[in-house]
Amino acid sequence: MKQYLLSIYQPDGPPPPPKVLAKVMRDIDAMNQELKASDSWVFAAGLHAPDTATVVRVKDGDVLMTDGPFVEGKEHIGGFTIIKARDLDVALEWGRRLAQATGLPIEVRPFQGEVED
Amino acid sequence: MFRAEYGRAVSVLVRVCGDIDLAEEAVQDAFTAAVERWPSIGVPPSPAGWIITTARNRAIDRFRREASREDRYAEAALLRGGSEPTEEGPLRDDQLRLIFTCCHPALAPTAQVALTLRFVGGLTTAQIARAFLVPEATMAQRLVRAKGKIRDAGIPYRVPDEGDIPARLRSALAVVYLVFNEGYAASSGDQLVREDLCREAIRLGRNLAELLPDVPEIMGLLALMLLVESRRATRTTADGALVLLAEQDHRLWDHRLIAEGQAIVRQCLRRDQPGPYQIQAAINAVHSAAPTAAETDWRQILQLYDLHLSIAPSPVVALNRAVVVGEIDGPDAALALVDALDLGGYHLFHAIRADLLRRLGRSAEAALAYDEAIARSENVPEREFLRVRRRALAES
Repeated sequence: MKQYLLSIYQPDGPPPPPKVLAKVMRDIDAMNQELKASDSWVFAAGLHAPDTATVVRVKDGDVLMTDGPFVEGKEHIGGFTIIKARDLDVALEWGRRLAQATGLPIEVRPFQGEVED
Repeated sequence: MFRAEYGRAVSVLVRVCGDIDLAEEAVQDAFTAAVERWPSIGVPPSPAGWIITTARNRAIDRFRREASREDRYAEAALLRGGSEPTEEGPLRDDQLRLIFTCCHPALAPTAQVALTLRFVGGLTTAQIARAFLVPEATMAQRLVRAKGKIRDAGIPYRVPDEGDIPARLRSALAVVYLVFNEGYAASSGDQLVREDLCREAIRLGRNLAELLPDVPEIMGLLALMLLVESRRATRTTADGALVLLAEQDHRLWDHRLIAEGQAIVRQCLRRDQPGPYQIQAAINAVHSAAPTAAETDWRQILQLYDLHLSIAPSPVVALNRAVVVGEIDGPDAALALVDALDLGGYHLFHAIRADLLRRLGRSAEAALAYDEAIARSENVPEREFLRVRRRALAES
């Protein structure tokens, strides 16, 4: 069985209004329930904003730390879901569900290797 | 014979091997064996069956030699995949599977085209590279990356679920149409028409129509290609210069292709499930029915464009409709419609504007529009045609 990473790409800036956000969370929850019920769920969670990130690098034996995300851009990863799926068609269908729930672009990318069914 | 059998054999082997590379190797081995052995054993009663059986045996032998855990499961699949490969039903399913996999929407359109021409059409990588005017190494890389994505992302080898077929079919038809368009009005390069690509697209269209009979849009695309292809002899002069539809000698059109295209269009009309390809085919059928350009039934064509806009609107369709309005109501009416469109990047938008302005005697504006069109055209005969028109403006 293959695993896929579904990454939610969020534009920088303030979150949507509470009413909109509440519906998004409800739809994501419903999707997570279905993922669990079909034994497809591996992991799903939202991330804190990119300014809470820290980048750690090792150079010449020294550890360097920088405040902020690795990639500065107009979008950042807002959260991700890891699923098990038999093939890309199944994974893309979950990707479509997540895109509909969030109204955001979702990158669907395969993990290397396989896991037990 | 070989190319048709190649595509069919690959499709069966893809099912049993679950991998395009392995399938391709096995089939190529089988063809090599055929070339070696048939001169002495004679051509078998079912050449296709011989190829497929030989290819499958070679694939099984290969799995046995490379015995690892995953391969043994695959070997089991190979041995199970036992239905007689030349039975109509399973073979048809294998071919559909292969077409739908090559045309999967998760692959870039250029990758879909390359895979389809290679594995469904049986063209060599070199032939495809030549047809699309890229180096062979580039095309080879494109195929390697596409096969890599199929394998690593897990694009499945299966016929899509019934509910998904319309969308997936759109993908497949778009690939066929892309190949045809590339052949018919080559987007770059020295020749206006590349006959081999047009023929290949029509072959693919016929293949799809055979595999999925009575699907109106497949028939529509086939009719469209046949009708456009029927005009090939008159589309350019002997030197390769462009000839407009209005100036083509209808007597030199291929009337066999026209008859076939028109018959299909009539069938589609009876079905009354219109779609963009069917409508474009019908428009071409009306053009093909006119004994001379002057007798073209523009009003009927306008009705067809109106139908097209109502079911599948697009600025390019609106542009082509405006040209028809120009034939009925004159260039002023047409120009008003054209100017309202947002198609600044499209070379034909400027070419059409230039022509309308020219007919209205607005030469300075026409010259500017021709310049815009020339700058955006990547096709030498088209550019030359536009240059001639522009020069004629200066001289009048």
